[in-house]
Amino acid sequence: MARGDAALTRALRLLALAALPLGVVGVFFVLPVGAMLVRGLAPDGQLDLGGLVEVLGRDRTGRVLWFTLWSAGLGTLVSLLLGLPVAYVLFRLAVPGARVLRALTLVPFVLPTVVVGAAFRALLGEGGLLAFLGWDGTPAAIVAALVFFNVSVVVRVVGGAWAGLDPRAEEAAAALGARPVTVLLTVTLPALRSALASAAAVVFLFCSTAFGVVLTLGGLRYATVETEIYLLTRAFDLPAAACLSLVQVATVVVLLALLGRLRGRAHGAVPVDRVPPRPRRPRRGDGPAIVVTGLVVLATALPIVGLAVASLRVRGAWTLANYRALDEPGITTALDVPVLTALRNSLQVAVDATWMALLLGLLVALVVTRRTRSRPERVVRGLLDGFFMLPLGVSAVVLGFGLLVTVARPPLALRDEPLLVPLVQALVALPLVVRTLVPVLASVDDRQRQAAASLGASPARALLVVDLPVVWRPLLAAAGFAFATSLGEFGATSFLSRPDHPTLPVVIGRLLGSPGTTGAQSNPGMAMAAAVVLAATVTVVVLTVERLRVPSVGAV
Amino acid sequence: MRRILPTLVTGALVLPALAACSTFGEEESASGGTEKLVLVAHESFSLPDELVEEFEAEHDVDLEVRQPGDAGAVVTEIALNPDDAGADVVFGVDNTFASRLLDVGALEPFEGELPPGADAYALAGEDRLVPVDSGNVCVNVDTAWFAERGIPEPESLDDLVDPTYADLFVTPGPVDSSPGLAFLLTTIAAYGEDGWRDYWRELVGNGAELVAGWSDAYYTSFTAGGEDGQRPIVLSYDSSPAFTTTEDGSATTTRALLDTCFTQVEYAGVLRGADNPEGAEELVSWLLSEDVQAALPDNMYVYPVRDDVELPTAWAEFAPRPDAPYAMEPAEIAANRETWIGEWREETQR
Repeated sequence: MARGDAALTRALRLLALAALPLGVVGVFFVLPVGAMLVRGLAPDGQLDLGGLVEVLGRDRTGRVLWFTLWSAGLGTLVSLLLGLPVAYVLFRLAVPGARVLRALTLVPFVLPTVVVGAAFRALLGEGGLLAFLGWDGTPAAIVAALVFFNVSVVVRVVGGAWAGLDPRAEEAAAALGARPVTVLLTVTLPALRSALASAAAVVFLFCSTAFGVVLTLGGLRYATVETEIYLLTRAFDLPAAACLSLVQVATVVVLLALLGRLRGRAHGAVPVDRVPPRPRRPRRGDGPAIVVTGLVVLATALPIVGLAVASLRVRGAWTLANYRALDEPGITTALDVPVLTALRNSLQVAVDATWMALLLGLLVALVVTRRTRSRPERVVRGLLDGFFMLPLGVSAVVLGFGLLVTVARPPLALRDEPLLVPLVQALVALPLVVRTLVPVLASVDDRQRQAAASLGASPARALLVVDLPVVWRPLLAAAGFAFATSLGEFGATSFLSRPDHPTLPVVIGRLLGSPGTTGAQSNPGMAMAAAVVLAATVTVVVLTVERLRVPSVGAV
Repeated sequence: MRRILPTLVTGALVLPALAACSTFGEEESASGGTEKLVLVAHESFSLPDELVEEFEAEHDVDLEVRQPGDAGAVVTEIALNPDDAGADVVFGVDNTFASRLLDVGALEPFEGELPPGADAYALAGEDRLVPVDSGNVCVNVDTAWFAERGIPEPESLDDLVDPTYADLFVTPGPVDSSPGLAFLLTTIAAYGEDGWRDYWRELVGNGAELVAGWSDAYYTSFTAGGEDGQRPIVLSYDSSPAFTTTEDGSATTTRALLDTCFTQVEYAGVLRGADNPEGAEELVSWLLSEDVQAALPDNMYVYPVRDDVELPTAWAEFAPRPDAPYAMEPAEIAANRETWIGEWREETQR
């Protein structure tokens, strides 16, 4: 009887924790996406599955699906291969400038895909620095751009977990005579398995739902499920769009099931240390990792330097005119507000999106990592865990239009709420936050919480003394993520952005969409300058956030 | 506990600072008392603030503009809820999309008068869509590039498949680009149902570069658009040369080929579910007023439909209009758009 009560209390407590995130995701994600699916699958109020079968049977659907799977798979693999050494070097070694480099890895995240597309085409296209590769308009360019965007995810998610990994197990293995490679393969990577699985899942979802990059770089010849959904929606072929959305969701669900299995087996691995170990000096054996890191940093910097150069040139001459123009109202007819006003809007929105994503993400992470005592409880947690990943796996176009037809009009007329845009962006960032926190929280030994409880600590107190010290560092990493995601988010924002209150990516899109080299500045030059400002902003903010880390909580 | 305390203190200090830069508590733009009027427009819609404020004051309304994306996004949003699109007026639907709104019955007839010149752009027997502006999609050339090399500039669509101009042309495709679609329609209008696929085969065979969007073509590949473009022939608008003037504004460095143009007309209309149908009529009339029409070129890069307003000097001088552009009825475009794009994909996918 008493045991039953305890189980009930526990279940209720979990439910209470999950209520807020569930409600938010339900109203701002499930409802809009569901509305679009209903419009597609039951156009006249009658469920019509014939269309579904027809779309699935199209040759084109097969081709698109195949291309999506292999390009995203390859993008994920390369991101992992390149991201791991970088995570190791930037989070475990005492290399000069590691802090700045860590902040810089977030830069690709904020750059609007149109801008990155332009930068990549400038590099790979006719007359570009890397034109000799012959990648322009090929899948290689798409995969390269996917890797450009996603290495940072691997670095952050895996690095966050790696930084807190207790080095004693590795040292013990080494002391027993294991070679560094053996230590890596038998001790370190298994301990990081949960983080690796998280990173891989997120990167795969990002790659398979990449939109702007595929459209710009693959151009007209390569289509992914995401671009196809966009084009079908544009052609108002809603049944086909809905059908492909379902395919997308099904893929996500399968992926999450796989992830759950991987993570399940990872339990009982090396626990994290409550006081993260100090980064150690590089040794000779770290050479290859450092070289790879250097190359990745260079490769990431190349398109960004290209942007900076483009922002400094008008009519073939060097000038700061594009930057001066950022603060001048009415400098170009393409804009209603100066670019710096849009930057301020973006920062405000990002602050809101960040705290919302952290709040929701922390709740979700706590719920899905509590030690499970019964099978049904485990199943429910697994489902919840997957549920909150869905925003990454669903097309921004479907979500955007869905929001327009649900929450933007009565009875939920929230369109003019200033908090709608940050809230939607927080949902986009939520899976990243959860995936950054979960591997670390999951590796907290539950016996510590039990010990705290047996010493008389309330659940809240146990959370404070057991979980918080461990989760503090990944929480900051997640804050950086959420902030960067919000600063760069374009897909759903473009639907909801208020014209008198545009965000910076929206303004950049507008500058790129209109001709003009009339005065001293040029519209594309201003767009590039704005992108450089965006990149600099996220670097500074992330550095500041990481500085705020209280010294007593973690070394360095 | 000693470790936690400073953390919490820092948090307590930092959070309010962050909250200060949040959007919380910002006042809404809506002012009390006046009626609201909602305009849905594409992302390029832009008019001077003074004009908008004048309109608001004159009609005692609060004009709210919503811009969910490009014309395609606007049309899709309305078509998803044709009974009540949550707005009063739509602006920016062009002739390649117009039929979709007409087909779903999302528009009310316009009761007002058309200004002089607008008749030429009106749809035959259709009073639900009101022409507001027009523009032409034309092939543009970098005149300096051709002068430097002593090669004569191309003039016609036929020239683009001439070996002299091999590997020099870049165009956005029709899949996701409105000028790209216009160019596909140009070739269909010019070479007919039987000939356009052959033309595209020759065009691709002659090294034409196909990219996703207009800005991609113009800013990245066109020699006169950005810094490192390699192609001196690009698909753009007849107004583009007015935006490639030299710094002193005395000359332009590009030219539109006036025999390769396709007319895009942008319409406005009163939405069926309008909460403020009266204000909606007034708004459409206002879009046709002299002041707004005169402001169109500088603000939206399009020509007014009125023939009694003056064009900006740069336009009059550098952006002459084609005499006989290609055109196509919205109904015909609507009936064939997806088929043509599909066929185009087959023809150009190498």
